Amino acid sequence: MSNVPTKFSGENGATIGAYVTGYAASIALSVMAYLLVRQHSSGKTTLIILVISLAMIQCITQLRFFLHLGRETRPRWKLLVFLLMLMVVCILVFGSLWIMSNLNKRMTPQQMETYMKSQDAL
Amino acid sequence: MSFFFGKLLGKLSWDALPSSPTTAGAAVFMIVATAAIFGYLLYTKRLRWLWKEWLTSLDPKRIGVMYIVVAIIMLLRGLADVLMIRAQQATSAGSAHGFVSADQLQQVISAHGTIMIFFVAMGLLFGLVNLILPIQLGSRDVAFPFLNSISFWLFTAGMVLVNLSLMVGGFSGAGWLAYPPLSELQYSPGAGIDYWIWALQIAGIGSLLSGINFFVTIVKMRCEGMTLMKMPMFAWSVLGTMVLILFAFPILTVTLALLFLDRTLGMHFFTAGGGGNAMMYVNLIWAWGHPEVYILVLPAFGIYSEIVATFSRKRLFGYASMVWAIAAIVFLSFTVWLHHFFTMGAGADVNAFFGIMTMIIAIPTGVKMFNWLFTMYRGRILFASPMLWFLGFVVIFTIGGVAGVLLALPPIDFQLHNSLFLVAHFHMMIVGGVVFGYFAGLTYWFPKIFGFTLNERLGKYAFWCWASGFVLAFTPLYILGLMGATRRLDHYDASLGWQPLFIVAGIGALIVCAGVGFQLLQLVVSIVQRKQHRDFTGDPWNGRTLEWSVPSPAPAYNFAILPEVHSRDPFWETKQANLPASTPQYTDIRVPKNTGMGVYIASAAFLFGFGMIWHMFWLAAASLLVTIVLVIVRSSDDSTERLIPAAEIEQIETTHREQRERYA
Amino acid sequence: MSEVAAEIMMQHERETTKTVFGFWVYLMTDCVLFASLFAAYAVLHGNTFGGPSGKDLFSLPYVLVETLILLTSSFTCGLAMLAVQQRNRQQVLFWLGITFLLGLAFVGMELNEFHHLAREGNSWRRSGFLSSYFVLVGTHGLHIITGLLWMAVLSAKVMRNSLSAPNVKRLTLFSLFWHFLDVVWIFIFTIVYLMGVIPV
Repeated sequence: MSNVPTKFSGENGATIGAYVTGYAASIALSVMAYLLVRQHSSGKTTLIILVISLAMIQCITQLRFFLHLGRETRPRWKLLVFLLMLMVVCILVFGSLWIMSNLNKRMTPQQMETYMKSQDAL
Repeated sequence: MSFFFGKLLGKLSWDALPSSPTTAGAAVFMIVATAAIFGYLLYTKRLRWLWKEWLTSLDPKRIGVMYIVVAIIMLLRGLADVLMIRAQQATSAGSAHGFVSADQLQQVISAHGTIMIFFVAMGLLFGLVNLILPIQLGSRDVAFPFLNSISFWLFTAGMVLVNLSLMVGGFSGAGWLAYPPLSELQYSPGAGIDYWIWALQIAGIGSLLSGINFFVTIVKMRCEGMTLMKMPMFAWSVLGTMVLILFAFPILTVTLALLFLDRTLGMHFFTAGGGGNAMMYVNLIWAWGHPEVYILVLPAFGIYSEIVATFSRKRLFGYASMVWAIAAIVFLSFTVWLHHFFTMGAGADVNAFFGIMTMIIAIPTGVKMFNWLFTMYRGRILFASPMLWFLGFVVIFTIGGVAGVLLALPPIDFQLHNSLFLVAHFHMMIVGGVVFGYFAGLTYWFPKIFGFTLNERLGKYAFWCWASGFVLAFTPLYILGLMGATRRLDHYDASLGWQPLFIVAGIGALIVCAGVGFQLLQLVVSIVQRKQHRDFTGDPWNGRTLEWSVPSPAPAYNFAILPEVHSRDPFWETKQANLPASTPQYTDIRVPKNTGMGVYIASAAFLFGFGMIWHMFWLAAASLLVTIVLVIVRSSDDSTERLIPAAEIEQIETTHREQRERYA
Repeated sequence: MSEVAAEIMMQHERETTKTVFGFWVYLMTDCVLFASLFAAYAVLHGNTFGGPSGKDLFSLPYVLVETLILLTSSFTCGLAMLAVQQRNRQQVLFWLGITFLLGLAFVGMELNEFHHLAREGNSWRRSGFLSSYFVLVGTHGLHIITGLLWMAVLSAKVMRNSLSAPNVKRLTLFSLFWHFLDVVWIFIFTIVYLMGVIPV
């Protein structure tokens, strides 16, 4: 039963500057991505790459300024677990996309023909 | 009035009760057995004791024993399934059609796989980890003791759902992984698939919570001086296992949920029409499923490392390479999952990649195997039953393993996918690797857990029956697979000439059952003779790691004084150093207080699952609400610990020291 | 400070560090959960089964407003944590309250969007695309609702016991949860809405 005021044992890096920077940057990045898509400013592929890049940057921004990732004292277990998760997520998502698109190509008649031609099998 | 009542009961009706004599008989047996146990407890006035001392305990050593009890009960159920399968396949040839219908056999087979993996193997896994890990790390408890209790009770809730399905509604007939479209509502309109979904979903959340718990325990609660590279190998294997659980189980959670949404809310994730993609299910479920099998086997590898070192009276060979092997296995197990569906239609490039990764993952396991053998080389080996289980593992797992490397080649897999060859392979992995490992662990650590040793002779009989019976049961399956026999058959043509092989396999299964009989006999005899076989020293095997330095059974607080280690095999080092006994200064120790909250929350979860299965959504909603309320109530509980006074500790420790000196 | 009090403080810190780390680990598993849902969405987003696709259904300005609301709530949550650092109970409750209202607005907008879709006949039963859309975005929404409930309970605790050590711990955990949900939303915003609207 304690109301002993303990030292704030959260993460270092929790300053007003950090939160304001993170907030401003995130707004800018979100609005930028929104405008890019609304103005149809580029071709499809470029647009996708741009928008995903902006998302990645915003993600890193928020991880850094809101979640204070990477600011902990050593050993940096939080960072390690985060990177492990990232690795698994990449394998899962890109692996699944590769597998499923490969299956789709080989399972739909029109796509199968295109695929076989590309493999010099037709 | 009856319309309203009908709404209240959702899909539930009298039709849900078993219609065939076999199922009805099994259901009656289960009810009678449960009633008998309950009646016995009532009669001996032990219900209160059970509740106070065991069911509400947050001591991982108690929770561990409860996991193992549930796992063993489910092992017996799974073995009953085995006998039915073998009996059916041995007799159902040509004009004979065995004694169960095709539908029933599919349910039995599905139950067998589901029970063995989720409730036997996972149960033994979590049981042993709970019992041994904290002590091996020189810690008093796991990181989150209350979460630990919840995990166990969620596991039990899942178990109850599976067993309830036998009595009300029937179980899934879609195999242990319930592929769509068969598992979709159109082709499986009954409650069976939903039972499967919710039993696994609830138990799965328990597993995930345990993954978090034990991971944080290893990272944050090692004793002073125990760097990661000084941890026992069992602890390393548990660390690898928990990483796998953390990142694989969410995939299962999602996949089960999506299948349930398809069935209940008419969604189109995996349906044959409406834009669904059934192959996506197979992809996702195996993205979980492959890490799952490594989750099962890694702790067994850790157990073998402990046993081989102890019974060879020698330090484990190649500690660092063992650690790297675990890390490699953890990473690689996320990169091979497609090998479970080479034949689903992916191109040669995709199949080749996953085939190569599968072959690579055999290498770190090979490294471990050689390290164990090198540990034995020039050791002074004691062939006690834990060591026998290890040796059985070496033979069986290696044979099954090379069969696996064969299957890793897509062209070969195209011939052997879903044949009995595959079935033989994975049984050799799971039984030879996982089950033998957990039996070895149970035999090895039994004295530590209960304070008396097991009857060694009966243990050896049990091993020989298991090993020989198992080989007899599965060698014919390799041959049958190569002859073209597929899995899950309920009948085959007599002209194929398969029947003699199935009969041999059946005999093997019976010998395995004799082995189980010996194990049960061993348990009974050992309990009866426990006073003559008390383990007074706490160290019956001349062990090397910290768990052998505490009394048997370990007191609630594990260590009166938290240890400080300076090397690997710290207990061995302490014994060699032969320091004079010191009389330490004991202090009060706080341990978690017992609480029934785990039981209540899991009961609410069980009712939630039951409500979802039978579309009694009012029940599901109410249970969910109750769960939330219980969690909030628990979070407001500020007195969750109790004190063990220093005087009591002194008494326990002094007694133990005296006994150790007397019986050393 | 007396030795006993110092010991208790160290104990609380160790306890908090352990719990915060454990919660972080749970958040990592939640990431894998969302990743699986994203994978399902990625595979199924083209399976419109003759029905409408994202282009036909999503209103980008509406979603931008949702995004900015959630983002602001993440910011105000950060301000609440700064107030915790200052041990300023009133400020904590104030910023927590703002965060709650913003979160509520977000959920309200999302439920409105779902309701609108369902009323037009574009429910989750319509196609694989719509199923995966509703479940991915809906799961995020359920997490937000859980966060709202958590905030309410937490505020009650803070009002009763002020910024005790357990409450500080709980607030820390909550803030991790809330920020994490905004990070996930970045990806929903980008992959579901922005990419869903880009002309083929």
